[in-house]
Amino acid sequence: MSKSSLKQTLKDLDTKKISIRELNQDYLKRIKENENLNIFIHFSEENVLKQIDNLEKDNSEKKLKGIPIAIKDLFCTKSMPTTAASKILENFNPTYESFVTQKLLDEGSIFVGKTNLDEFAMGSATNTSFFGNTINPLSQENEPLAPGGSSGGSAAAVAADLCLGATGTDTGGSIRQPASFCGVVGIKPTYGLCSRWGIAAFASSLDQAGIFSHNVEDASILLQSIAGFDQRDSTSAKVDIPNYFENLDDDLNGKTVGIPKEYSIDGTPMEISQIWEDAIKVLEKKGVKIKNISLPHTKYALPTYYIIAPAEASSNLARYDGVKYGFRSDEIDSLDEMYENTRAQGFGREVKRRILIGTYVLSAGYYDAYYLKAQKVRKLIADDFNKAFKECDFIVTPTAPSAAFPLNEKQNDPIKMYLNDVFTVPASLAGLPGISIPFGKDKNNLPLGIQILGKHFDEQQVFNAAVSLERSYE
Amino acid sequence: MNNLIKGEKHDWEMVIGLEIHAQVKSNSKLFSSSSTKFGSSPNSQVSLVDAAMPGMLPVINKYCVEQAVKTGVGLNAKINNYSVFDRKNYFYADLPQGYQISQYKYPIVGEGKVTIDFKDGTSKDIRIVRLHLEQDAGKSLHDQNPSKTYVDLNRSGVALMEIVSEPDIRTPDEAGMYISKIRSILMYLDTCDGNMQEGSLRADVNISVRKPGDEYGTRCEIKNLNSIKFIKQAINYEAKRQIEILESGGSIEQNTMLFNTSTGKTRPMRNKEEAHDYRYFPDPDLLPLEISKEEIVKIKSSIPELPDELKNKFIETYKLSNYDASVLTAEKQTSDYFNETINSDSELKNHAKIVVNWITSELFSLLNKNNQDLNNSPVSPENLGQLIKLISTNEISGKIAKDVLGDMFSSGKTARQIVDEKGLQQVTDQGEITKVIDEVIAENPKMVEQYLAGKDKLLGFFVGQVMKLTKGKANPKMLNDILKQKLNKKN
Repeated sequence: MSKSSLKQTLKDLDTKKISIRELNQDYLKRIKENENLNIFIHFSEENVLKQIDNLEKDNSEKKLKGIPIAIKDLFCTKSMPTTAASKILENFNPTYESFVTQKLLDEGSIFVGKTNLDEFAMGSATNTSFFGNTINPLSQENEPLAPGGSSGGSAAAVAADLCLGATGTDTGGSIRQPASFCGVVGIKPTYGLCSRWGIAAFASSLDQAGIFSHNVEDASILLQSIAGFDQRDSTSAKVDIPNYFENLDDDLNGKTVGIPKEYSIDGTPMEISQIWEDAIKVLEKKGVKIKNISLPHTKYALPTYYIIAPAEASSNLARYDGVKYGFRSDEIDSLDEMYENTRAQGFGREVKRRILIGTYVLSAGYYDAYYLKAQKVRKLIADDFNKAFKECDFIVTPTAPSAAFPLNEKQNDPIKMYLNDVFTVPASLAGLPGISIPFGKDKNNLPLGIQILGKHFDEQQVFNAAVSLERSYE
Repeated sequence: MNNLIKGEKHDWEMVIGLEIHAQVKSNSKLFSSSSTKFGSSPNSQVSLVDAAMPGMLPVINKYCVEQAVKTGVGLNAKINNYSVFDRKNYFYADLPQGYQISQYKYPIVGEGKVTIDFKDGTSKDIRIVRLHLEQDAGKSLHDQNPSKTYVDLNRSGVALMEIVSEPDIRTPDEAGMYISKIRSILMYLDTCDGNMQEGSLRADVNISVRKPGDEYGTRCEIKNLNSIKFIKQAINYEAKRQIEILESGGSIEQNTMLFNTSTGKTRPMRNKEEAHDYRYFPDPDLLPLEISKEEIVKIKSSIPELPDELKNKFIETYKLSNYDASVLTAEKQTSDYFNETINSDSELKNHAKIVVNWITSELFSLLNKNNQDLNNSPVSPENLGQLIKLISTNEISGKIAKDVLGDMFSSGKTARQIVDEKGLQQVTDQGEITKVIDEVIAENPKMVEQYLAGKDKLLGFFVGQVMKLTKGKANPKMLNDILKQKLNKKN
């Protein structure tokens, strides 16, 4: 069975062409065959079989009944441990189910396992995980590639066809960049569309759950399933969730696309500029008006992000102190030592680096110069988009400044690593929806992604533009 | 009034400001639905949010917000339409999130003031800087095990109002009166139960000393005092300590102090190197708190009469003194009791001062003696009203009334019942009283002689004898009048 879509599988299940058991056994087989890629932190065949048993006894109609889904190990799940890829949460078993995963369970989907990520979602290569690197399924045997990050495990799971969809979270690009690296579709919806309840927090004002899938149609089906208001999350939005899939419309005639000049960055590989131009040409042919726009504060987005996200993280991760749950160091002679040793041994390098940065920028005497200023710039960046969206319906840019890079390439250069987020971070700061779809390849035949950004809560327009580009590319 | 304290070399003035932490009266916590019931078994009232489990998020309890707004109105303060919750970051075992959610730059309530009343009839305004909402921490239990500390999170996340005063207080007594007044207002509003023993109301005291007319000196903060007595003791000790340092040529180091209730001394809580940098920043899990004008108006309209309004009403309606009225209104239960008593009979309105005296001296002393509270007084306001009516209509004397009250207190009977059963009605029959007086005069010729010879004091002897024979029931005024008349006739 070659990669079948979620849409087709739902039909096949409906017409009894295939049973839930047969379907999932097929995926189980591939999961076991691909263990070397280290895609899952937690996988239990027994657990999957149990879910199949239960669904077979369940006669109710469910939208995603029997569909194998992979869950980023940042979502708290009752049936599987939740680690955030950190030693500090090794063996942590939540007694509660996150909003997003509960919705997927309610729809009847089957969780095949918990996918690997950068520790606490901090990274761009899934190489800061306590449980080791994930390998991009598109790697050649002699050169293992990074799947991107932080949701690298979920992107790789879809790319290796180990599931029909996966959840991810995106704080500065953690869904879109790995989607681009692995050649799959990844959507980060508007901040507030999906409740953050039950997702271990990295940066609260930026974290947003989203979806990986084989194609845009599948993403539209899955996103609808996980979206919705949740009174347990004060930043969750009270908006009506349209039926994205039913409303998909690839006719873009008369629409206007914004092309931001600031996204042409010196040193961007030719191939990236090329696919961007290709995408614009395709759109033009479809009757889309091309509008050159300016997002003048784009260059401040990365530094702004790398102040705000670590600041929030430094506080969000304070709860991992060894007192209540998770890892606690054995070497304790005092309360202070318990904190010091637990956190020194429990967190990895990248997490510690960001906690230190965050603590620094919030410190007395530095707050105004860093955090407060970053908040002001964040507002300017959001205003840039608001202005631009008065003149266009959606914006098209490359997703990432490169194709998947070799696993250990940027390990010791955090700045280089942070530059991966250059095209994805501005929309995160503005809270806008963004999708990455595969669009072209580089000279090594590695996939490259195009990013489509939309107005707040205008996921439908993002899907429409994406499906239109996708269909023209296929 | 002289508020100065004498040092060895100069007179000194204390400058005091209070931060009061008042637990919001609410069934559930500030950001979770856990119960706030006091005295439950450890960790039985802890939600996933209170324990700061991964991915858990705070959601504001609207009732606590209303309570804070109500309190702000009661403190004559500005209500801010826009306020922000911030995170105050520090590590402690009983602080599960690693930060306390509080309000830093934009509190829910701004400047206000309260008035304190002195015995001499004067009063003074203490200005309020702000009131903000914040979470309480849990409790570390160090005494359960020789080598371990346990943590009880029942209190973790309970809503507190921090009420910050300007440094307008000048004496320990004023500090005591100020916190009593705040407590009284909160209890009238029903926004805090005011129970200091259970920790529902605690205060941090900021204190410095200066020579009169000088700039403010360097202050120290004494943390977490939970009784008015300790507040006064701590202030007195700390002021003396600071004066001694200054007079011996030293300088005060700004410090956070703890007060040891058994030694009565203050000591530094932490040194400078351990000083916290709380890294306040707006909590990204919560949206700014916006309260519309309409909501504020609605809350304002739900507010009951407050002590100062009630005090003025009592002064005007019943011609009471400022001090009497402020004693009556200091606690809601007292003013309620007074209102019910005085309204139990239309006649009593003309005897308000007597009603005040019977409540605040006679009834209070019985309650104190029996360790009881006015709320559960065995003597109902109606029954006390009836007793006072019996006095005011001369049916019984004040002296007998005291015994009757004691009887009412222990038996639960009404004044009428007791007076009837025991036949305690005053004798107001002139003939009857005259008869007894004649008897006494006839039996004590020597005393009469001495009295007539100028020993005026003996009048009391005759009164006593008559009272004895009438079992105290003779109307005192009539007795006096007739007795004097009779004796003077002898002359």
